[in-house]
Amino acid sequence: MRKCYFDHAATNPLHPQVFDAMIPFLKEDFGNPMSVYDLGIRAKMAIENARTQVASLINAKPSEIIFTSSGAEANNFALRGIALARQNEGKHIIVSKMEHHSILNSARFLEKMGFAVTYLPVDKYGLIDPDIVKKSITKETTLISIIHASSEVGIIEPIKEIAMVAKEKGIIFHTDAVAAAGNISVDVKELNVDLLSMAAHQFYGPKGAGALYVREGLRIVPLIYGGIQENGRRAGTENVPAIVGMGKAAELAKAELSARMGSVKKLRDRLVDGILKVENVYLTGHPTDRLPGHASFCVEYIEGEAMLLLLAARGIYSASGSACSSKALKASPVLLAMGIPASLAQGSIVFTLGTDNSDDDIKYLLNEFLQVITRLREISPYAKGWGVWRKVDNVFRKSNGPFYKPQECW
Amino acid sequence: MYMKFIENVKADVTTDIVYMMCPMHLLKLEEKLKELDEGQILEILTDYDGALEDIPGWCAKTGNEFLGLEDSGDYYKFYIRKTAR
Repeated sequence: MRKCYFDHAATNPLHPQVFDAMIPFLKEDFGNPMSVYDLGIRAKMAIENARTQVASLINAKPSEIIFTSSGAEANNFALRGIALARQNEGKHIIVSKMEHHSILNSARFLEKMGFAVTYLPVDKYGLIDPDIVKKSITKETTLISIIHASSEVGIIEPIKEIAMVAKEKGIIFHTDAVAAAGNISVDVKELNVDLLSMAAHQFYGPKGAGALYVREGLRIVPLIYGGIQENGRRAGTENVPAIVGMGKAAELAKAELSARMGSVKKLRDRLVDGILKVENVYLTGHPTDRLPGHASFCVEYIEGEAMLLLLAARGIYSASGSACSSKALKASPVLLAMGIPASLAQGSIVFTLGTDNSDDDIKYLLNEFLQVITRLREISPYAKGWGVWRKVDNVFRKSNGPFYKPQECW
Repeated sequence: MYMKFIENVKADVTTDIVYMMCPMHLLKLEEKLKELDEGQILEILTDYDGALEDIPGWCAKTGNEFLGLEDSGDYYKFYIRKTAR
C-alpha cells in the first residue's frame, strides 16, 4: 500500500545529512562536554558549532541561544523565567487563545502563583489584532507571548507589529516559533523579539532538541538548576547528538529555505483546491497568511478522528487539530476561539506537507479523501439530520436537515 | 572576614549573572577578570547569597583586590580590581 506522510506539523523525518552528522556523537565521540580531556573538548566544540548554526538560522548571536530538550521546554522556560524575573515590576502577562498548551498551561501555572493572565481573542482566521494587544496592556504587564505560526490552522501572526506594541511600552516579548522556525524566514532582529522558542524536529532535525533565543542582556530565571551547562541558565548534561543534529538541520534549513517553501506551497495549493471541491468542507485559518505546507479544514457531519483512522488505513497520515485535543477527544480550543461551532470543529482535519511529498501523493490523497468522506457521511446521523433538535419558530423540533449550516466559509 | 560596603564605583566591565546559581559567580569572575588589564575594575551583579563569602575568599586566594559591594535591594554589586596576573 502506498504511504503518504502529511503530518509534518507533528514531526518530520530526519534529513539524511542530519543523521550522518549525529552518528559520531552516538558512537565514538561520546564524551561529556564538561570534561577537560579531548573527548569532552570535541563534544563541547560540536555544541558550540551547533549554537552558531542555530543562531544563524534566526539571525541571532550564538551567545543568545540556550539549548533545551524541546520547544515545550523553551516555552515553559520563557514564560516562567521572565514572569518570575520581572515579578517585582508587575504580575500581569498576556498570551493569546491560539497558543500551544506549553504556553497556556505555563500561564495557568503562573495564575496559580498569583499572576493575572489575559488570553487574547482572535478573529475568524485566528489572527491576533495588535490593537487588542495594546488595549490589554496594564501598568502591571511585564510579558507578552504570542505564537508565531499555528500548527493547527497554519496562520502566521503579525509578530513584528505586536512586538512593536510591546516595545513601545517597555514590555518583554516572546514568540513561540516552533512551527515557524526553519519553515519560513524568521529573523529575531527584524521581528524585534526578546525571546523565541524553536524545535529541531520541525525542520528535519531530531526530536529531543529545542532552543530558546534570549536577547543579550535579558535576565531570566532558570527552569532547571544544576550544573553550569548553557552558561548556567539550563542545567543538565547536554544531549550532544541531538544538539549537533539541530545545528546541522538549522544549517540545511537556512540554505534550502526558499526552495523548500516553494515546493511545499505549490503542492499545498493543489491540495487545498482539490479538497475544497468537496461539498461542505471549509478551509480553516487564513487563505494566504499561512505556513507554506499547511492545509487545514473542517469537514461537516464527520468526526475528525474517524477521518484520521480511515485515511491511515489507506496509508495517509494526517492530524485532527492539536495532538492533545485529539487524544482528549475534545473540540480544539483554537478552533472554538476562532468562532467555529463545536459540532463543526469536531470535523477538523490537518494536512501538513514536507519535502518528501510529491504530486502523486496529492493525487492519491484527493482520491482517497473523497472516498473516505463519502463513506463516513453515509453513516453519519448528522449528515441526514437524524436525532438533532433545532429551534424553529421558537419551538424545538426534530431536524430534517443539517444540524449546522455555516453562515460563511472559514 | 568583614564585609565592606562601597558606593558609586566606576567599573570598567560589568557582568550580570542575576538568577544564576553557584558556581557561576566564580566561573564568570575568573572568565571576566582574564579579559581585563591589571588595575581595571570588574562589577558582578548577582543575587546569589553564597557570593558574599565566595567572592572575597576567591580574591584573597588569587591575589586580586576585593573593593567591596553595594546592596541594591534585589541583588548585590561586587567590585573587584584586577591586581594579579
